[in-house]
Amino acid sequence: MSPSPEKKPLQQMPDPQGHYGVYGGCFVAETLMGPLEELQAAYAHYRNDPDFMAEFEKDMAHYVGRPSPIYHAERWSRELGGAQIWLKREDLNHTGSHKINNAIGQALLAKRMGKTRIIAETGAGQHGVASATVAARLGLECVVYMGADDVERQKPNVYRMKLLGATVVPVTSGTRTLKDALNEAMRDWVTNIDNTFYIIGTVAGPHPYPAMVRDFQRIIGVEARRQMLEMTGRLPDALVACVGGGSNAIGLFHAFLDDEGVAMYGAEAGGDGVATGRHAAPLTAGRPGVLHGNRTYLMEDDNGQIIGTHSISAGLDYPGVGPEHAWLKDIGRVCYEGITDAEALRGFHDLIRYEGIIPALESSHALAKASQLARELAPDRNILVSLSGRGDKDINTVARIEGIEL
Amino acid sequence: MSRLAHRFTELKNANRRALIPYITAGDPNPEATLHLMHALVESGADVIELGVPFSDPMADGPVIQAACERALVHGIGLRDVLGLVRRFRETDGRTPVVLMGYLNPIEVMGADAFAEAAAQAGVDGVLTVDLPPEEGSALLTALRARGLDAIFLIAPTTTAARIARVAAVSGGFLYYVSLKGVTGSASLDVDAVAEKLALIRQQTTLPVGVGFGIRDARSAAAVARVADAVVIGSAVIRLIETHASDEAAMLAAVRGLMGEIRAALDSATV
Repeated sequence: MSPSPEKKPLQQMPDPQGHYGVYGGCFVAETLMGPLEELQAAYAHYRNDPDFMAEFEKDMAHYVGRPSPIYHAERWSRELGGAQIWLKREDLNHTGSHKINNAIGQALLAKRMGKTRIIAETGAGQHGVASATVAARLGLECVVYMGADDVERQKPNVYRMKLLGATVVPVTSGTRTLKDALNEAMRDWVTNIDNTFYIIGTVAGPHPYPAMVRDFQRIIGVEARRQMLEMTGRLPDALVACVGGGSNAIGLFHAFLDDEGVAMYGAEAGGDGVATGRHAAPLTAGRPGVLHGNRTYLMEDDNGQIIGTHSISAGLDYPGVGPEHAWLKDIGRVCYEGITDAEALRGFHDLIRYEGIIPALESSHALAKASQLARELAPDRNILVSLSGRGDKDINTVARIEGIEL
Repeated sequence: MSRLAHRFTELKNANRRALIPYITAGDPNPEATLHLMHALVESGADVIELGVPFSDPMADGPVIQAACERALVHGIGLRDVLGLVRRFRETDGRTPVVLMGYLNPIEVMGADAFAEAAAQAGVDGVLTVDLPPEEGSALLTALRARGLDAIFLIAPTTTAARIARVAAVSGGFLYYVSLKGVTGSASLDVDAVAEKLALIRQQTTLPVGVGFGIRDARSAAAVARVADAVVIGSAVIRLIETHASDEAAMLAAVRGLMGEIRAALDSATV
């Protein structure tokens, strides 16, 4: 996977072995090394194959509904009294989030590699739904691993996956959330390696996953950069996205990395507050380690055990983060901060009440960060926010927190 | 000569196969681990593989996952595991001990500090499941500097070219994963194992052990005909789990299983 010549310096990561500075790499048991080499070779081939890319782009246009629009949240911006907030509407994609971009890319690759069965891990259920959707369309068997606690808090998405013909396996080991679903999916993959393709939903995991998922999500920023130039005549002053594993964030950021005037902010799940320890903000409060195939920032104890995380949002409730984000943090290109559950809920309600859009709780973290920034900046400044998913799946969670029985 | 090399030479001269039981340190509690280690040696173990518990044991099946969870309840960390090895060494200076675990606890301690402490404690080899040779240079250098063997896995999916690369950096013995799957999986195809072992032996003179999927005397005997060492993990852990609250019964059950497997190995190679 040599970087294409037109790419600029910060867009050239990773190295051929999947390293982003000291992060990334390929830390897996020996059984997976051969299959990962096979995947690297297949991906290196097909990403330069015009037929493959044409099929991907056709699906993006006609099945997903791309390009997703940019929407100027004028009323909310006026209320905040500062900079203008613009939303990249990934929530309007088919299946309701950015996850479909990557699921289609990997499923098309799976099909070309002759795999008949796909597996996926999911937290909020958005990646599980996207994978189940693509599997239904391509006629592939689909098994989705989901933490038992997440199965409970994301019931509508669990039912959606079942309607689509997927088998949803609740994972009861460990902390019963996203990280444990990932462990279980890896165990399935190592056992069924001959016929199975593992569609990882975020920019983490062993090489080539972080680079491959980013490349399939990169379309978010490529479109947004062009759209902002068309609509405002210049690049935005700041980008904001939520970061769990970080796929929508890297998808938005990547095309702008070498635009020096564009500030970037990643909103991690601050849970009850980073100071309380009950959060899921490894970039803000963790330290480097190795988990799930890559070196990155992790939430861990002094013995190197991964610790339980907390977030109102199942999709951000993960103790690690994509290795490219770890690198972008260290070089100071992106600023990562924790946004608390309470702040995210305020962002959730604000967007609904001022703009008539129900955002996902994950995306609400980015909205909260954007509203803080907007207040600090002048009205002629533009902030572009990744509205990564819609929030219909979260209304039960929000109702329960607010003591409302549906 | 390292303790591991010495042990394998002894066994080879006696035409015996190595029996390598695996237990997770701290399961069901740290004291029991020490008693289990001695019981394993007394009932026929040639090498002990001591698992370092990890919160996210991706390559392990449900039996060893549960063992990790039982151990972690006691807050046992890598330094505590090394403390157990040190205490084991107070009365057993001959049986090689191999630590098997995941990279992150070592990352937190630092490769050099870990290698130094492991050598001091009397560890002989280190198998880090999620560290392929390609990513392992820092740890490999640190282990080698202290005379510790780095042990690596070979899998059914490992190509001939990779076998050579892995063997080149391995010490002690090579560990062949007998099937595609996690530890404690059900079935094992001895013919397929024999075929792969022949391929491995073309690339190395190191002893080759086989693990994953060996659960009783019969499967152990079958593997003993083609391998230098037989690793048995989940079958031992199941007995520990069953008798977790009664240490005397646990030790008796583990000795019983070990005795059967020892006898089967020895009769398979007569």
